[in-house]
Amino acid sequence: MKALSQRRRHPLAAIALLLMALLMVGAIYSAASSANQAQAQTESFSANDAEEGEKLFAANCASCHGLGASGSSAGPSLVGVGAASVDFQVGSGRMPLQMDGPQAQVKPVQFTEEQTRQLAAYVATLGAGPAIPDEEILDASEGDPANGGELFRVNCAMCHNAAAAGGALTRGKFAPSLEGSSEKHIYEAMVTGPQNMPVFNDANISPEDKRDVIAFLKTIEEQGSPGGADLGSLGPVSEGLFIWVAGLGVVIAFTVWLTSRSS
Amino acid sequence: MADNSHGSPDTSVTVATPGQGGVDTFTNPGLPPHRPRLADTDPRAEKRAERQVALLFFISVLGTLLFFFAYFFIPLNDTIERLRMQNLALGLGTAFAMLGIGVGIVHWAKTLMPDHELTEERHAVTDEKDRAEAEQIVGTILDESGIKRRPLIRNTLIGAALLAPLPAIAIFRDLGPLPGNSLKHTFWDAGMRLTRDPSGTPIKASDVTVGSAFHVIPEGLNEAENKLEEKAKAVVLLMRLDPESLNPSEGREDWGYDGIVAYSKICTHVGCPVALYEQQTHHLLCPCHQSTFDLEQECKVIFGPAARPLPQLPIDVDDEGYLIATSDFQEPVGPSFWERG
Repeated sequence: MKALSQRRRHPLAAIALLLMALLMVGAIYSAASSANQAQAQTESFSANDAEEGEKLFAANCASCHGLGASGSSAGPSLVGVGAASVDFQVGSGRMPLQMDGPQAQVKPVQFTEEQTRQLAAYVATLGAGPAIPDEEILDASEGDPANGGELFRVNCAMCHNAAAAGGALTRGKFAPSLEGSSEKHIYEAMVTGPQNMPVFNDANISPEDKRDVIAFLKTIEEQGSPGGADLGSLGPVSEGLFIWVAGLGVVIAFTVWLTSRSS
Repeated sequence: MADNSHGSPDTSVTVATPGQGGVDTFTNPGLPPHRPRLADTDPRAEKRAERQVALLFFISVLGTLLFFFAYFFIPLNDTIERLRMQNLALGLGTAFAMLGIGVGIVHWAKTLMPDHELTEERHAVTDEKDRAEAEQIVGTILDESGIKRRPLIRNTLIGAALLAPLPAIAIFRDLGPLPGNSLKHTFWDAGMRLTRDPSGTPIKASDVTVGSAFHVIPEGLNEAENKLEEKAKAVVLLMRLDPESLNPSEGREDWGYDGIVAYSKICTHVGCPVALYEQQTHHLLCPCHQSTFDLEQECKVIFGPAARPLPQLPIDVDDEGYLIATSDFQEPVGPSFWERG
């Protein structure tokens, strides 16, 4: 310490100090800006996982996504999509794709959890991308459903419907219903933006806010609809159809009864 | 008027008379014979109908009781489940209370009250005598009121009748004032930061990764006086695409920043929020009438009833890396209006 203080009047001291300050600012900046990419690979995959995943990938996915996941005319490159993307697409049964169409459809899951993990581990080695979220950030009981509801109505409700019942997009595409989706898949969809869904990265909606959104979705799922049968929560289409058929039907039945002669 | 409740058709009251000398005349079949109801002839059926009516009224009583039971004895706790139960019971109770009375009265009238069948002849449409009588009445009114002889009364009445509608003008005027140029300007201004909806926190350009969409309000909107009115015009959708896929027209090259573009969220058709962003096709879809806008062509309308592309908000980045607007929208946002030109 003494040596340091003795040199503080050295002609190069100012330059050294400046360099140190610059380095520190740079380090803080890079730490802060990388916070929203990938939020560091939290789940630890072993080298073995990635190796097994590569084999699975070559056997099941490479025909469309290309060897080394570099993409082909049939499927996009998976470099940098991250483990979360694989876990969502494969874990929800969307991938491998059953047929070509406007968008990937949900079907029974094709891989075991272990295999999904290995595939995710392999794709995560290809480039930095969003990782599979931690358990604690998925715990809906920790979230604030009121805040989540506000965020949902601003960011999600226009496509997924205010009651998360899903809705139509253009040319056969659609935003799916979120009922029954697992916390993990909801989170992963937000960070990766599958299909035509935009990405909601951690700088846009923080991980805690994402948990609030999940808490909101789980709350409306548990509570059901206060007005009785929700008829799919599709709004004026299903409700209008019901009242035109059933409501007017009852009115007509009463009219017929009113004007008929008693036996 | 004639009564046809005693079993035989009474041809003397039929309306149509056979045509004079026509070959295709037909005889008026008259009314079908009056058929007594079951309850008219069978005392047991009568008794049964009586019990049915009483039962219906009793159902109404039960419905009212159900309403009050639900109102007072289903305590509302925090769960929506309980609220739903109470709602259902209140609705069902009221429905049966009303239906029971209504259906009971109709059933009573149909089965037990006398069932006379009546025919009534239609009067001639114009009768000269009636017309003359009406004219005479109007003449008498004019004479007796003395409106012809007393011009003071007549003129003051005309004056009063002319002035009386004026308060309506004052009331309708309160619907104003006219919007002035407020339809042509929004909350946005040069140098104003783009902030997240609803939190109002500023957005860094580095936060907006390719493929992401941000719902944006202007800085300071949450503290604005007419927050909702301003928000209805100023909301913006912020997206980042590959800069290669944007094709800005001349003069608009610097309206975006490195593939980040901001467009008004208000549909140019009838003003619904256009916020359904498809990040692969780069289309924006309006949920109300399916107007589709193509981001790659400066939000040109490619489908649906909207007539004009979505207005773009020119943006840039300030010294600290936050996104800012470089001006207000260059054209009015939202649907067309009369003076828009």
